[in-house]
Amino acid sequence: MAVTIAKERWTSKVNELVLGTDPNVVKVGGDSTLPFLFFEGEMPNRPVVALEVLDLEPADWPDILKAPFEGVLADPVAWAKKNVEYGADLVCLRLISAHPDFKNASPEDCAKTAKAVADAVNVPLVVVGCGVEEKDAEIMPVVGEALAGKVALLGCATPNNYKTITAACMVNGHSIIASSPLDINLAKQLNILITEMGLAANRIAIDPLVGALGYGIEYAYSIMERARLGALTGDKMLAMPVICFVGQEAWKAKESKAPNDEAPEWGDQARRAVLWEVMTAVTFAQASGAIMVMRHPESAKQFKAHIDKMMEPVKY
Amino acid sequence: MILIGERINGMFKDIREGILNKDPEPIKHWAKRQYEAGAHYLDVNTGPTVEAKDQPKVMEWLVNICNETVPLPCCVDSTNPEAIEAGCAANKHGKVMINSTHADQWKMDLYLPMAAKYNAAIIGLAMNESGVPKSAADRAALAMEIVVNADAHGIPMEDLYIDPLMLPANVAQEHGVEVLEAIRQIKALAPGVRTTLGLSNTSQRCTNRHLLNRTFLIMCMAVGLDSAIADVDDPMLIDAVAAANILLNKDIYCDSFLKTFRQR
Repeated sequence: MAVTIAKERWTSKVNELVLGTDPNVVKVGGDSTLPFLFFEGEMPNRPVVALEVLDLEPADWPDILKAPFEGVLADPVAWAKKNVEYGADLVCLRLISAHPDFKNASPEDCAKTAKAVADAVNVPLVVVGCGVEEKDAEIMPVVGEALAGKVALLGCATPNNYKTITAACMVNGHSIIASSPLDINLAKQLNILITEMGLAANRIAIDPLVGALGYGIEYAYSIMERARLGALTGDKMLAMPVICFVGQEAWKAKESKAPNDEAPEWGDQARRAVLWEVMTAVTFAQASGAIMVMRHPESAKQFKAHIDKMMEPVKY
Repeated sequence: MILIGERINGMFKDIREGILNKDPEPIKHWAKRQYEAGAHYLDVNTGPTVEAKDQPKVMEWLVNICNETVPLPCCVDSTNPEAIEAGCAANKHGKVMINSTHADQWKMDLYLPMAAKYNAAIIGLAMNESGVPKSAADRAALAMEIVVNADAHGIPMEDLYIDPLMLPANVAQEHGVEVLEAIRQIKALAPGVRTTLGLSNTSQRCTNRHLLNRTFLIMCMAVGLDSAIADVDDPMLIDAVAAANILLNKDIYCDSFLKTFRQR
């Protein structure tokens, strides 16, 4: 008797989010299955990597992370170009200079940097603020305007600042990152609030505020999996691709930061730290992450090699 | 929970007059109103005042008006097979639903091929020429007759909706627990088959009709009811269903859960 492969039949799919302009468009999402289960549905777009650029020279990065960017760390435009050379699908510009504790840079200065970076590279741009909700609400309308027509992904919107960021995206043709702290109910609610303002559901990426391997990765995994199951069974307010800020979390872990002399039993830091970032990212790819924001070019390379294998067609 | 709005039925005075005067307004009004309330299907029934020979034409007219007014599929409700077929042919949105066959062989032989032909969902009433069974077990037995016959016609199990038939609480109070048990048994015996219920029957000629309907619907949902033909013009009924969907872990909670349920 022939064996019948048991297959799930899903009724819905994840929205497809389109970033950038022709001919350099990047599409994410569009899945009608759990990740990589090609025998149950379509996965039209592979997970992509955004390499991060800071608009302020990072003070606390370990040397092994600074090394690949030697000479460009104080120049966001050169850094962004370097990221593209390293094979980044997207560039993620983090406007850390706007933070009141750092330079408290003005919205206009931020916009100038964003525009310069956008003009210098041909890949689509992700732009996030400094993480202070009020300040991000001030800078994003100006940044959004400066990037009008670039079809960027702007963030991170929270329940406290989504209104101005949503408006900035609507007016200037961008998409939005909606952040919620490992809480599927808040994620759904924020998506509802954003769509109620009139931004289309296919212009939202969910940021579940993931943790790194060893730092609560399983919570993020469960939430992403539950959201995907919701999306596949018809929950339109959870049918958004997921963006994971992997680099900032993985490089915060002591397993990445501890130099060789501090933890010799953990092995060589260069290899260990990259492994930490890669393991975090591939885990989230399995959990349905669509955009991985990473830091080290070697991590990006290894992640992409993994995805190459995962995207190979299955034989059943 | 798939809600089938019951209001477009010639038994209601305004719909009857609309049919007799060829005035589409009352039909449009109730199509729109039930759509906005959160219905997934519109039940369409010409009512008994239309002569049998005119029923197919009237059914087609009603379905066309509904289709033009809202993007919902129709649940074509008649005892006249020709009217059912006319409704199936006219429906333009989604998957049309046939309301209904009984467990009598001659009826199943008539309606199941029709469901297959129009790729329709179909309601199977757990009764036969002897009437509505008294016990849960007898309801389940008749339900299984329908399940087997539907399967033989290649109808996917998720397109079959078994109605275990509720009777009014003021004349047949003992049926409530039997219906609950029947739903449980049908879901256990035939996984994948859906269940539905003509909810308003629960409260025919009773007082506090909305309360009785609402309460029984939630009780039925807890044992596995998938659908109901109901008076969706009761916001508290819809609210209760939305809440039950959350508590049964069918919908993911968010603060706007009452609103998202209505957005389907």
